[in-house]
Amino acid sequence: MAQNFVLNVSDVNKSFGGLQALTNINLQIEEGKTHAVIGPNGAGKSTLLNTVIGRLAPDTGSVLFDGVNLTGKTAHQINQLGVARVFQTPEIFLDLTVLQNIEIAALAKRDGAFSFKPFRSMFSETKIQQEAVDMLDDMGLHHLRDHPAANLSRGDKRRLEIAMCLIQHPRLLLLDEPTAGMARHDTNRTIDLLQRIKARGMTKVIIEHDMHVVFSLADWISVLAQGAIIAEGTPEDIKGNPKVQEAYLGGTEV
Amino acid sequence: MASITHFNPSTPKRDLAVMGIFALVVLTAPIWATPIGANYPDLLQRFAIFGIFAIGYNLLFGLTGYLSFGHAAFLGVGSYAAVWIFKLLTMNAILAVAFGMLVAAVFAVAIGYVALRRAGIYFAILTLAFAQMSYRLAYSVLTPITNGETGLTLDGNDPRVIDALFGGGGEGIPNPSLFGLELTGYAAFYFCAVVLILAFWVSLKIFRSPFGLKLLAIKSNQTRMRFTGYNTRPYVLTVFVISGMYAGLAGSLMAVTDPLAGAERMVWTASGEVVLMTILGGAGTLVGPMLGAVLIKYAENIFSAVNDSQLADLFGFLPEPVTDLMVGVASLFVGEGWHLTLGLLFMAIVIFLPGGMMEGLYRIGGAIRRRRAGGRAADNSAVTQPSE
Amino acid sequence: MDSLLLQLLNGLDKGAAYALIALGLTLVFGTLGVVNFAHGALFMLGAFVAVSVNKLLTISQKVRDESITAFEAYTEKPYLEIWLGDLGTEIIQWSVPISALVAIPVMLLIGLVMERGLIQYFYKRTHAEQILVTFGLAIVLGEIIKVFFGANPISQSAPPELSGAARLGAMLGLNENLVYPWWRLVYLLCSFLIVSSVFAFLKLTTYGMVVRAGMADREMVGLLGINIQRRFTVVFGIAAIVTGLAGCLYTPILPPDYHMGMNFLVLSFVVVVVGGMGSLGGAVCAGFLLGILQSFAAMSWVKDIVPGIDQIIIYLIAVVILLTRPRGLMGRKGVMEG
Repeated sequence: MAQNFVLNVSDVNKSFGGLQALTNINLQIEEGKTHAVIGPNGAGKSTLLNTVIGRLAPDTGSVLFDGVNLTGKTAHQINQLGVARVFQTPEIFLDLTVLQNIEIAALAKRDGAFSFKPFRSMFSETKIQQEAVDMLDDMGLHHLRDHPAANLSRGDKRRLEIAMCLIQHPRLLLLDEPTAGMARHDTNRTIDLLQRIKARGMTKVIIEHDMHVVFSLADWISVLAQGAIIAEGTPEDIKGNPKVQEAYLGGTEV
Repeated sequence: MASITHFNPSTPKRDLAVMGIFALVVLTAPIWATPIGANYPDLLQRFAIFGIFAIGYNLLFGLTGYLSFGHAAFLGVGSYAAVWIFKLLTMNAILAVAFGMLVAAVFAVAIGYVALRRAGIYFAILTLAFAQMSYRLAYSVLTPITNGETGLTLDGNDPRVIDALFGGGGEGIPNPSLFGLELTGYAAFYFCAVVLILAFWVSLKIFRSPFGLKLLAIKSNQTRMRFTGYNTRPYVLTVFVISGMYAGLAGSLMAVTDPLAGAERMVWTASGEVVLMTILGGAGTLVGPMLGAVLIKYAENIFSAVNDSQLADLFGFLPEPVTDLMVGVASLFVGEGWHLTLGLLFMAIVIFLPGGMMEGLYRIGGAIRRRRAGGRAADNSAVTQPSE
Repeated sequence: MDSLLLQLLNGLDKGAAYALIALGLTLVFGTLGVVNFAHGALFMLGAFVAVSVNKLLTISQKVRDESITAFEAYTEKPYLEIWLGDLGTEIIQWSVPISALVAIPVMLLIGLVMERGLIQYFYKRTHAEQILVTFGLAIVLGEIIKVFFGANPISQSAPPELSGAARLGAMLGLNENLVYPWWRLVYLLCSFLIVSSVFAFLKLTTYGMVVRAGMADREMVGLLGINIQRRFTVVFGIAAIVTGLAGCLYTPILPPDYHMGMNFLVLSFVVVVVGGMGSLGGAVCAGFLLGILQSFAAMSWVKDIVPGIDQIIIYLIAVVILLTRPRGLMGRKGVMEG
């Protein structure tokens, strides 16, 4: 039945030296759903994410995206398969303008991993430009289109990064602590934005250590603690789960 | 370093104007160079050739930020290749230039393929190592090809197969030509000038292409580039080869204007010079590298040609002891001491004007515009100002 | 076998020079994070300390040459000989060891001026800018030396007591023909001494420990409230001394000229890269290794098999090392990457 799932992580184990970082991880991400992986700091969230994107090879088990094994694939190959990623600290092209940032992402979708057409002009890329402008409008960034991305506020940088992912129409969007280090106001704006995307039915995986962020977003939550999944269920299930309470209260975060 | 050009709203119309002005300035060089005393083909050729070299280097360094310290190797290789065409096949410059670029491209593919496995300072050292190897080999085991320290020159006994077929040849060593037109004096300059304009046009096209934009993005954030779905290495390799071909083109034009080739063209300080030209003018800008090349070659020409008696004339109006002092001090910086001036120039540019001359011009332009606009423009200065 | 041993010995003194220069360079790399292309110039300046000291010691007066009686002939006699007689002669003959003592304060001063006057403003600039500004400085320093000392190499001689050849073969009970210049042995000895003092300073003194902590994690040490900046200035001074001494003592082996800094610069970078950026031990090992390999590559049967190998061996090794072990032989993670 694995075919119904966009991403299928099965029986993944990973250890570094003697340290067991991930133990028997199973995750099935359903098409169109928002799936959150939460857990206190040091629970193995980053290791899991790096295993999913092929940066780390699991010791055992497999990571299948649409039936394709992601292990050993490079970052650009995984993106071209349809996985887009949002980083903890926004990774954008600080020296380019906001519009150019979006155009680059749109071009990757159209041109693939490599294309060499030195005599084609950006001036005649009207379709790409229109697409990018529409996306900026949608994201409320249009007034900033000709500003260098470096001048943007933290929250706007995050919006820009998400916009760059969305314009590629990915089948799966990975978000690594999308509100980390943000002021209250920016956090709320980002949550609003993610809810809007959710309404469009895009499949998402959110890695987060702050439970409150994900309760309003996730359809399904997996709780990671000490490298193993200790609970799974809807936000309501998780809220009342004593094991989760313990994992969090036992740690440092509430 | 910021990429200034891309923040300036460029339009096809503006680019056409830039192209037109550039071509006009290059073609009228013999006229405007007269008042500054640079009006002789030998120097004007050097402007054009080093302009091509710097424009090509800028495609790599300015767009991707990869600092190559071995580009002089491609220049040297281009020179040798061109002279061999002159010796074996024909004095026709087109074939020599084409072959020079081809051989440089082959070298660039090989060196780039290996060196681009690393970035940053490691890339710089790898290119430096390859260039030094080429330089050392040219002086030692490759002597049959390079003629070692003497350098590769033309000979009356060279076969020149194609020329011989068409009944050319005859006595003496012929000059490089373009389908019968001898490339000496101003003919040679105009040949270089036309090539320069073409080279600039190609560079402009690359700057404005999606390919060029992607290169800028690689310079800005390679991680994001990979996670956006780009395989970055072939991009950098492609532009590395293109810029190597520019260097080969420059090298073969050197051979066209003066048919000899020596290994000293490949020494690593020569690679340093093209880096300086690019940064002096403004890395990542379109016309900056050309400006830098002209300024350095012009300064070299002026400073290295001055001698003590000219200095004495210059300071002659002062009392004699002061004249002697001034001549003594000034003579350190001219003639043989030209390199001292070059070194100081190097430092001054990096310290005071890291964005190069183009940034200086933009700053001046910005200041004038602001004054004209009164403080009105203060709030949108963020758009026009290049970011560091 | 004997020829191999001889090549090994020949490689050692070259390797010692590489090791010292690379040690200085990697100190600067590791602590300051600055790519210093003027490092070769420090080696060259050290060599010219020896030349200057020799010039100063041999300032001469014109005196009547008594050996010629037919007419009035004059000869130059150093003041030192006039004042001190044979002792003066001896002092002049020992000018290279004396200049090594002079080089310590002089190089320290040069290092401090360089760091305070220029390098400190480039800590936060890009590597490309660091390379360019120090490259410019290297040219300027070379040209200044050219103005004062001319473009030709100026040979220096080792003290006569140390200038013969040691009959190493006979001493070790090997082939009688195996000889090795005394001065090169002295150079080797000095380089061991210098390397161990630097290591002792860094490992045994608390001052050095803080510097090493700063190499590992600069921010942390800064947070502890230690003025790491001043210590780094001192480290730059030490690097200048090490490199300058390497150049100063090398003068009897290689007559210095204004351009030698550039030649050694490229080599020292290669050595540092092979050893591993930020690894002091790596720099020293790689220096000796490359010196010895270069010496072996110069053997005629090797050159017969691979023509031209002696010219490129060092660069070739650098390329191979960089591709197979990007951090060099002993490099640490996270130093100068990206």
